[in-house]
Amino acid sequence: MNFSAELAVAWPEMILAVGALALLVFGAFSPRNTAVVGWGAIAVLAAAAVGAAVQPFGSAFAGGLVFDAGAAFAKVAIYVASAICVPLGQRWFERRGVRNFEFPILILIAALGMGMMASSGDLISLYVGVELHSLALYVLAAMYRDDARASEAGLKYFVLGALSSGLLLYGASLIYGFTGSTIFTDIAVAVRGGANTGVLFGLVFLICGLAFKVSAAPFHMWTPDVYEGAPTPVVAFFAAAPKLAAMVLFGRALGQGFAGAAPQWQEVLIAIGLISVAVGAFAGLAQRNLKRLWAYSSIANVGYAILGMAAGTAEGMQSMLVFMVLYMIDVTGFFACLAALSRQGRAMETIDDMAGLIKEQPGLGLAMTAFSLSALGLPPFSGFWAKVYVFKAAIHAGLAWPAVAGLVGSVVAAFYYLRLVKVIWFDPAEGATDRPAPEARVIAVALALFSFPLVMLALVFIDPLAAQAARAFGLA
Amino acid sequence: MTGILSLTTFAPIVGVVGILILRFFGRPDDPRTVNAAKWIALVTTLATFALSVLMLAGFDPNQAGFQFLEEAPWFGVFHYRMGVDGVSVLFVILTTFLMPLCIIASWKSIESRVLEYMIAFLVLETLMIGVFTALDLILFYIFFEFGLIPMFLIIGIWGGQRRVYAAFKFFLYTLLGSVLMLAAILAMIGISGTSSIPELMTYRFDPALQTWLWLAFFASFAVKMPMWPVHTWLPDAHVEAPTAGSVILAGVLLKMGGYGFLRFSLPMFPHASQLFTPLIFALSVIAVIYTSLVAFRQVDIKKLIAYSSVAHMGLVTMGIFSGNVQGEQGAIFQMLSHGVISGALFLCVGVVYDRMHTREIAFYGGLVNRMPWYAAVFMLFTMGNVGLPGTSGFVGEILSMTGTYSASTWTAILAATGVILSAVYMLTLYRKVVFGELVNPKLAAIADLETREVIIFAPLMVATLAMGVMPSSVFNVTQASVDHLTAAYRAAIGG
Repeated sequence: MNFSAELAVAWPEMILAVGALALLVFGAFSPRNTAVVGWGAIAVLAAAAVGAAVQPFGSAFAGGLVFDAGAAFAKVAIYVASAICVPLGQRWFERRGVRNFEFPILILIAALGMGMMASSGDLISLYVGVELHSLALYVLAAMYRDDARASEAGLKYFVLGALSSGLLLYGASLIYGFTGSTIFTDIAVAVRGGANTGVLFGLVFLICGLAFKVSAAPFHMWTPDVYEGAPTPVVAFFAAAPKLAAMVLFGRALGQGFAGAAPQWQEVLIAIGLISVAVGAFAGLAQRNLKRLWAYSSIANVGYAILGMAAGTAEGMQSMLVFMVLYMIDVTGFFACLAALSRQGRAMETIDDMAGLIKEQPGLGLAMTAFSLSALGLPPFSGFWAKVYVFKAAIHAGLAWPAVAGLVGSVVAAFYYLRLVKVIWFDPAEGATDRPAPEARVIAVALALFSFPLVMLALVFIDPLAAQAARAFGLA
Repeated sequence: MTGILSLTTFAPIVGVVGILILRFFGRPDDPRTVNAAKWIALVTTLATFALSVLMLAGFDPNQAGFQFLEEAPWFGVFHYRMGVDGVSVLFVILTTFLMPLCIIASWKSIESRVLEYMIAFLVLETLMIGVFTALDLILFYIFFEFGLIPMFLIIGIWGGQRRVYAAFKFFLYTLLGSVLMLAAILAMIGISGTSSIPELMTYRFDPALQTWLWLAFFASFAVKMPMWPVHTWLPDAHVEAPTAGSVILAGVLLKMGGYGFLRFSLPMFPHASQLFTPLIFALSVIAVIYTSLVAFRQVDIKKLIAYSSVAHMGLVTMGIFSGNVQGEQGAIFQMLSHGVISGALFLCVGVVYDRMHTREIAFYGGLVNRMPWYAAVFMLFTMGNVGLPGTSGFVGEILSMTGTYSASTWTAILAATGVILSAVYMLTLYRKVVFGELVNPKLAAIADLETREVIIFAPLMVATLAMGVMPSSVFNVTQASVDHLTAAYRAAIGG
């Protein structure tokens, strides 16, 4: 394959990289013109999404970059989710007097990294993708410089993120040392009959590093602090797309690289999944701050996705993809609600702040109720379908007891989601809320409508696409 | 008449849309808007009732299988499947019959957030009908589980003093049971490759697996039913719920448990059902005797009726698992009859509660002096709950006990004491509330039934007496399906 044909595999990456650099140059010369940069970023992301949707499959750079159904599925979802966060964040910062053009550009760079994660075919591009998107996220978390908590969140995220990158790199080097290759398909040949101790050691480090990125317990400690401190729209961004990218990377590494060692990593994943569900459910009970609460909720939800992946089958991978896409919609929508709401100029961030919301802001109150019930897994909201997929795959693969334990965990978590619903609906309002931010309100309500009822139509399309994507990960 | 089931099921949603439009153009606290919302809800529920009667008119009682089938592929293995048979069709009627009465009963007693209240009830109606008409496991689960939300809001927003506690207890109890059922549903879909209820009714699961699946379904239905010892949410929920909420809770939601046993446990897991029959019998007997005694000691009228419901449901579970035609016919009849009678009893409580705002038994006494018509109405339903011949309560009790007798003599004998106990607590209640001297001065000015309340009670009285005098009108509809169900069950367990 010649070089230009190889480059053609990387169309979405090139669009994003060139777009980000062009907007950066434009922004440097015309820093007041943030709207142009914002719309430009959305256009670049849309172009990349279209590119990912129509581009033919293939692999390039000696197997380092793979573009298959799995990558296409993940990339479209990632780029769309990123595009939604551009207006959400930019306006939020502008209302607080921070007029900077870097926000959309950082989102673009993060999207570029996430796309690489979804496409990575070897340990090198895996690491490059993870680092590229992580560095963009560290900056985003600390971007609201006047706020001490945001700076703290950014620093915490950075230090712990660096640690996890170290774990990842250490694992990758061990795997390379014991298998003699960095390319997943070559590693698969080496671990055909199961991983030897050295490879297993490396694999566990790799899993730990990735578990950190998806904030699965016991590598979740950074999540509540960072979610609480970082600006709300930034949380809306990094609670959604990066999780999907990391899970896809997780699935691809395990499926394409370590299918032979499936019984070995299955146990690890079941343990991580169940611990995450338990931590998310029980620790969430004690939270009063909604951003912290949703951090624990995301820990629990990632636990479910990992349980689906632990099935070790194509059905399991499909369930993980459906779960993550539906979860992204919920979590983005929820943080959009938070970004939209304020009372007398103060952000509404605790459960008690939401008292009487249904009377003050019926639209956002209903949206928030829908997201809570969806996260609870109540039918017919999108979160229910996500859980149906995951548990169906897990039970079908013989993991009945982990599935039942996971479901019982969801009943524990139900308490805190219900408490939020209770506060929204039952409690008297404590003073008028401000006019909600229009763009955040539109995004929140639109995503809520997706959560119910549109999801029931959308699944007709998502189901076969995710099935096709899951087969690309090389598990039966 | 294809499509009539979907039409009936989703008809209440038309009313919801109507009220939403109203909300959009009017002010929610404007009396005209509120009044219009009430009328929209009433007309919608009446229309739904009319549709369901139309469906019943087209129902062929000689056919054992599902009728008015609708099927459309959805995604994955899931389909949109609807249909009714003799077991489910009358529960649809019960739901649509009680619903307009609930709306009328709430006409004056609900004063705040009326629009939301009406929406919650209409959504709940769709979900309840859907439970009985869905023929796809996932569809069934959606209707079954989503019903928790409107009920949670009804109890939590319009309920009494401890409404939040009661709403949470109701929700979490039921949810825990339901998620186990969800696990079983997913396992069944994984093994059989289909989510169609008619197909699964003929699918033979491995007997060892049946045990687990049965237990998972049992967890859900036993809570819903509710069976002793997982009944404790019910008295709380009943006491705190507004009157109409209690009516729906006792009248329809509890019946979902019994319906579930008949639709899933018996036909899909016959071996496990046989295996666990002694457990069911034991729990039922405890429920009948123990909760009857508990009911006797209550000081709150609603709580007393709630415990009496648990006792009556004990007879139902007994009848269902007797595995013979009398028992199952009796159980279905008892559920329908209890739906009408206990609903009516909660409405009776609502009448005095609306006037005095207390449900304490000791507060009342001598009501017959001021409210003769009320006393007569209350008497009829008290007798119905006791199981007096001529009322519908009698037929269900006697049949389910006859059926149980041929399955297990001791169970039937012990359960029969429940009939005596029910007379003890119901008549005591009636004596304390209605008879005696009117001593409490606050009661001196209490008014008898008004026209609106007469309109509510008239159809319920007709139903109670009609079912008691002509039980065959019910049995004709259920006969073919129950025969088929019992024959299949007996064939599966080889008896």
